[in-house]
Amino acid sequence: MIDKDRLGAIIREIEGYARGFGLDFFPVIFEMLDYEEINMVASYGGFPTRYPHWRFGMQYEYMGKSYGYGLHKIYEMVINNNPCYAYLLSSNDMVDQKLVISHVYAHCDFFKNNAYFAHTNRKMIDEMANHGIRVQRYVDRHGQDAVEEFFDVCASIENLIDGSALFESGSIQRPAGDGDTEAEVLDVPRLKSKSYMDAFINPPEYIERRRREMEEARKKSARFPAQDVKDVLLFLIEHAPLLNWQRDVLSIVREEAYYFAPQAMTKIMNEGWASYWHEKMMTERVLEPSELIDFADHHSGTLAVHSGQLNPYKLGYELFHDIEHRWNTGRFGKDYDECDDLRAKADWDTGAGLGREKIFQVRSIYNDMTFIDDFLTEEFCREHKMFTYALNERTGNFEIDNRNFQAIKEKLLFSLTNMGQPYIYVADGNFENRGELYLKHRFDGVELRQDYAKATLENLHKIWTRPVHVETVVEEKVTLLTYDGANHRERTMGEHSAA
Amino acid sequence: MVQRIDRDLRRFRQIVRGVVKKELRKYMQTGELLGRQGKNVVSIPIRQIEIPTFRHESRKSGGVGQGDGDVGTPVAPGDGEAAGGAGEAPGRHLLEVDVTFEELAAIMGEELELPNIEPRSRDTIEAEAGRYTTIGHAGPESLRHFKRTFKEALKRQIASGSYDYRQPVIIPVREDKRYRARKTVRLPETSAVIVYVMDVSGSMGDEQKEVVRNESFWINTWLKSQYKGLETRYVVHDAEAHEVDEHTFFHTRESGGTRISSAYDLTARLAVEQFPPSEWNIYVFHFSDGDNWGGGDTQICFKLLEEQILPAVNLFCYGQVASPYGSGAFIGDLASHFEGVENLILSEINSKDEIYDSIKKFLGKGK
Repeated sequence: MIDKDRLGAIIREIEGYARGFGLDFFPVIFEMLDYEEINMVASYGGFPTRYPHWRFGMQYEYMGKSYGYGLHKIYEMVINNNPCYAYLLSSNDMVDQKLVISHVYAHCDFFKNNAYFAHTNRKMIDEMANHGIRVQRYVDRHGQDAVEEFFDVCASIENLIDGSALFESGSIQRPAGDGDTEAEVLDVPRLKSKSYMDAFINPPEYIERRRREMEEARKKSARFPAQDVKDVLLFLIEHAPLLNWQRDVLSIVREEAYYFAPQAMTKIMNEGWASYWHEKMMTERVLEPSELIDFADHHSGTLAVHSGQLNPYKLGYELFHDIEHRWNTGRFGKDYDECDDLRAKADWDTGAGLGREKIFQVRSIYNDMTFIDDFLTEEFCREHKMFTYALNERTGNFEIDNRNFQAIKEKLLFSLTNMGQPYIYVADGNFENRGELYLKHRFDGVELRQDYAKATLENLHKIWTRPVHVETVVEEKVTLLTYDGANHRERTMGEHSAA
Repeated sequence: MVQRIDRDLRRFRQIVRGVVKKELRKYMQTGELLGRQGKNVVSIPIRQIEIPTFRHESRKSGGVGQGDGDVGTPVAPGDGEAAGGAGEAPGRHLLEVDVTFEELAAIMGEELELPNIEPRSRDTIEAEAGRYTTIGHAGPESLRHFKRTFKEALKRQIASGSYDYRQPVIIPVREDKRYRARKTVRLPETSAVIVYVMDVSGSMGDEQKEVVRNESFWINTWLKSQYKGLETRYVVHDAEAHEVDEHTFFHTRESGGTRISSAYDLTARLAVEQFPPSEWNIYVFHFSDGDNWGGGDTQICFKLLEEQILPAVNLFCYGQVASPYGSGAFIGDLASHFEGVENLILSEINSKDEIYDSIKKFLGKGK
C-alpha cells in the first residue's frame, strides 16, 4: 500500500516539474481506486456516472475477465474536464504511480491546449451525471425496455456526426437558418441608369446570369435539406418524428459523441505527447536510481509493438521526437527539401534549436490526420519499418503488402479520415417527395459491411419511420440499400467510376 | 460497496440470458458447451450482442503496421486498440459469459417448458431451512418489527380509549411488541442418482457417442438443478456390462455383439446394492443403436425391466441412436411390450438436430 502523504508530495513535485517544462494544464485531481472500481470507471468511458445502459455492463464484464486472465491492466485514465480527473490504480507500485502521474499531466496539457478540444464541455462530469438523471427519469416514466431499446437505436448511429463541427463554437447547437431566402419574384435588381446607358450599366448577359443564379438558389432552397448534412444526428433531432423524451435521448447521445470525438481524432498525438513527457520527466527529474529498471520495463511496455500492429503510443512518441530533432537541426524548409545530396542531408544541422518550440506548436494546432500528413516522412517510415498489409484472398491471411512510403501514408490517412468511420451524410430528407430519408456514403475505396449496414438501416427506420435508403458502392457498382420497415431491397444504380 | 455498474451488469446478464435461451437449440445440437464447464459455471461464448453501425468492411481495407518481414509475410492484425486511455471503443471481442448451472437449468426449463420434478413421496430425511418470514411475540430487540409494533400499540390505545388524536403519542408496551421470526420449513432432502448405460458394441461409432455425451450434459444440468445431491454412474456394455468412470464411458471403443440384458442386470444390482430405492430417486438412461443379440435376450431384458428396474426407478429412458449398422428393432419391441407404462420413455435420435426434442421428451414428464 502506498502512503497517501508521500503520494501527495510526489504529485506536487511532479506538477512542479511539468510546469517547469512549460506544460499548461487545468488543476488535476487524482483519485485512488482499486481494480474493480477502475474497471467500472473505464467501462463508463472514464466517468464516475453515466446513463444506465447494458453495454457499460458488457464492457465491465469484459474488462473484469481480461483483467482476471491477466490480459490487460489499466494503467491510467484521465478525463478532459476542468478540473481534470485522473485515476490511479491502488495496487500499482510507486514507480508506476510516478509514471502515470507524469503521463497524466501531459494529457491534461493536451486537453487544455489542443485546438480540437477548445469547444468541448469542460464540465462534462457534471453533464454526464445530469444525463444519467434525465435518462433515469425517462426510465421511470416510460419503462426500462422502451428507453433501452431507443438507446440501442441511438448507439447504432452515434458515429454519424460531423467532425468539422468541433470548430464552430456552439456548433453542437443547431445551425442558424439564413431566414427568408426564397425571393418572391425573380427580379434581378437593376442599377439606376439613363435609358441609353442601360445596356452598359446593366449588361443583359449579366442580368441573365444573375437571374439564372437566383433561380438555382431558389431550387436549392426548395431542396430538403438545402445542403448535404453531415451531422446526421442533428438532422434527425430536428426533423424526425420523435417523442420529446426520445429527442432528448438522441441529443444526449449526440452531445456525448461530440465530446469524445476530439479524443478519437487525436489518439496518436495525445498518447505520443504524454509518452514523450512522461519519459522526459521521469528520466530527467523524477526517478530515483533504484527505480530505473522498473521504469524502463514499463516504459518499453507502453511503447512495444505487438505482432506488427501499429501502436499509437509508439507512433506518436517517435514522431514527436522526430519533429523535435528535425527542428533542432533545421531539417525543414526549402533548402533542406531541395537538397539532393544525401550525405549533406544526413549530416544536416543548422543548429536552429527550434525543436521544443515546434512540438508545443504542433500539439496546439494539429490532429492525427494533419499530424501524419505533415510529419510522417519517408525516412521515418523506413527507420520504423512501416508497411501496409492487406488481405490475401487466396490464403485468407493478412499479409505485408507494401513498404512504399506513399502507400503507407495513404492507408494511414485513410484510417484516420473521419475518425476511421465511413463518411455518410443526408442527401435528401424528402426523397421522391415521399418523406423518405436518403443517405449517401462517400465512397473512398472501402465498402460498408453489408450486414451491419442493413441492421443500421433498420434502426434508422425506427427513428425516421419512413423508408430509409443509403447509397453506397457494392462490388464496384453504385447500389442503393433500402429498408422500408418490412423488407430490405438492393438496387444497382450503375457502375462506380473512380473519380 | 454496491457499485453503480451492477445495474448495467445485471441488465447485460439478462440480455445474455435471452441470447442463451434463443441459442439453446444450437448449443444442444453442436455440444459446444461441453468443453466449457467448470465446477459451478459454464462459460458460454456470446457473439451476437453488438450494436450495428455503418462501418468499413475491415477485411477489405487492411491497414498499416510496423516490423520486419518481406512482402507476403503474414501479420496478425488485432484491433489495434491499446489498453488504457479514456477511449470510447466498446469491446468488439468474443465475450465469454459465465452462467451458473442453476441459471442454465432455469433457462433450459423455460425454453423446453420442463415441469419441476416432484420427488416420489417417501420417508426421506428432512432438512430444516429457516427464513425470517413470519412474526412472533418474542425476540431480540434488534429484530423488532417497528411498523407492526406501532400498529398493535395503536390498536390497543384506541380500544382502551387512551388515544388522543390531538396528541397522537403512541407508547408500545411489552405486549405490543412484534418481532421478525424464523419460520422453519421442512424440506424433504432428496438425492438422486443417474445411471447412464451405453451400448459400446462395434456398431456404435463416434457420432453416436457424441449424441449421448451431449444429451447427458443437458440431463445432468437439469437434474442437478432439481436435486440437492446428484450422483452419476456409468455402465457400458457390449455382450458384457461393466461399471466405468466418466472418461472411460465416453472414450472406450469395444467391439463385439450386444447383449442388453447384461447391462440391465448390472443396473438392477447397482440400484439394489448402492442406491436403495427408498432413499434414492433413480434415473436410468440407456442409449443404444437398438441392435440386440437374438436368442431371447430381449425377453430377458423385459423381465429384468418389469421385475427389478421399473418398480425401483423414477424414470427409465431409452434413447435409440441411429447408426448405419444397427437394425434398431429394440425400441419397437420395448414400445409394444411396455405400452402405457408411465415411467418408461422412449426416444429415437436420428440426428443431432433431434437431441433437443429428445431431451424434451425425456424430461418433459416431470418425474
